[in-house]
Amino acid sequence: MSERERDDHTGTETTGHEWDGIKELDTPLPRWWLWVFYGSIAWAVVYWILMPAWPGISGYTRGVLGRSDRAAVVQELGALAHHRQAGEARLRTASLQQIEADPELQAYAMQVGQSVFGDNCATCHGAGGAGAKGYPNLRDDVWLWGGTLDEIRHTIQVGVRSGHPGARGETVMPAFGRDQMLGARQVDDLTEYVVALSGRKADAAAAARARQTFADQCAACHGPAGAGDVARGIPNLTDAEWLYGSDRAAIRDQIWNGRNGVMPTWEARFSPETIKALAVYVHANAGGEAEPAAPAAAAPEESAAGAAR
Amino acid sequence: MWTKHKAFERNSIILTIGIIIAVSIGGLIEISPLFYLESTIEKVEGVRPYTPLEQAGRDIYVREGCYVCHSQMIRPLRDEVERYGHYSLAAESMYDHPFQWGSKRTGPDLARVGGKYSDSWHVDHLRDPRSVVPESNMPPYAFLAKRELDYRAIEKHLATLKTVGVPYSKDQLANARADLEQQVDPFAGEASDLKKRYGAKVAQRDFDGDPSRITEMDALIAYLQVLGTMVDFRTYKAEDPENMR
Repeated sequence: MSERERDDHTGTETTGHEWDGIKELDTPLPRWWLWVFYGSIAWAVVYWILMPAWPGISGYTRGVLGRSDRAAVVQELGALAHHRQAGEARLRTASLQQIEADPELQAYAMQVGQSVFGDNCATCHGAGGAGAKGYPNLRDDVWLWGGTLDEIRHTIQVGVRSGHPGARGETVMPAFGRDQMLGARQVDDLTEYVVALSGRKADAAAAARARQTFADQCAACHGPAGAGDVARGIPNLTDAEWLYGSDRAAIRDQIWNGRNGVMPTWEARFSPETIKALAVYVHANAGGEAEPAAPAAAAPEESAAGAAR
Repeated sequence: MWTKHKAFERNSIILTIGIIIAVSIGGLIEISPLFYLESTIEKVEGVRPYTPLEQAGRDIYVREGCYVCHSQMIRPLRDEVERYGHYSLAAESMYDHPFQWGSKRTGPDLARVGGKYSDSWHVDHLRDPRSVVPESNMPPYAFLAKRELDYRAIEKHLATLKTVGVPYSKDQLANARADLEQQVDPFAGEASDLKKRYGAKVAQRDFDGDPSRITEMDALIAYLQVLGTMVDFRTYKAEDPENMR
């Protein structure tokens, strides 16, 4: 089709199609567009040579540059580890008590702890650590599993009923009502007894009826006076802190359904140094228990298990 | 050149055949190597097909469109690995049909959410996300706790997955229903049939805090709790040349 018709008005070739006297112009593509198009094709060929591109029989062409995203991220993480090396080394060698006593190291640990807490712990314990129903408050001085630095570190490491072999929380609260260990009336009476234990006004007659039930069913864990046991994570029933709520309905519900809190183990997600920093953060920022007068010996390093990420 | 092209333009059959040939060249080169190249999927230990309950939960995940806001793909980028853990491996989604990598993160990536939170946190969070994460903009899924899980077709479902390459054994297919029910039984024990069939790491418990029924909440949480937990990274050599991409 060498002899194509030219449109008189624009001087452009037509496609040669005609519909009832209307003809279609075959306006050429703008030069600049055409060159970008050819350039892109040329760049694609260059890219094939430089970068991983074509699949083959048993692998793929790796490209002259040998680019690998996975190798690149390993390198970047290595650079990050190098950058943190000095701080990490100090966290590793210092005991938790020493970290807290050294203002500079403590500030470093607090920074590490804050960023880790925000992404991992705040989801349950709240951004400020104030907890919620079912999630312990980390800002008060009541600690289910102990509030010293070493105890906090241990709880973070192994978790509570987390599936970790050394997890805390072997003792569980039975579902007295749901599993029909106690009748509905007994649970009602027991609720009054527990309310009375915490120093609030309760139905004296009901509480008196439940005295024997408490001694038989509850005292083994919560103690005859209901004071709990921090070593086994058993809550104190005589204070004003209630994990699942303090009103009668909440207390009754807990006796009936016996929920047992779960906290994940963080050993596999965090390095031992990160866990130490987190313990310092929780202890300092959220109000930990005072350390015993004679500082405990430096915590043994939980190295091998936690180091592999 | 123009005269030859005329044949395509004037004959729709020839044009169609031409299009098919042109498109299949791209398809064959891009897709077919994935069927025979063994190096695309890393050799890892621990990845197993989903249990029937996890698979049912996965179906709810898809049904509710979780993938629209949550990805399951930790990219090999420093900040993602720092936040979410080891970058995702192809092997981790080799039994996913279809994969749930997603392409949008309105919420966080979920590729390694398994074990990060407790079951009761998931219940609270799905029921009312803002009760635990005040700034969350996730919609509530409280109804999942009320709806009984419909697993009448679970055997057929697993059998279908087997036809597309998920290596369920005959034993696993035949006992799908029993396995599903056993996974929510907190008293099933370490020697349960489910653990024999799917491995000792399988989580067996009442996931939604309501042991009297099997709800959609049970299934979804069972699925969420297994995400990213299967690969044994102690035996995986991430920096071996064969695992580089």
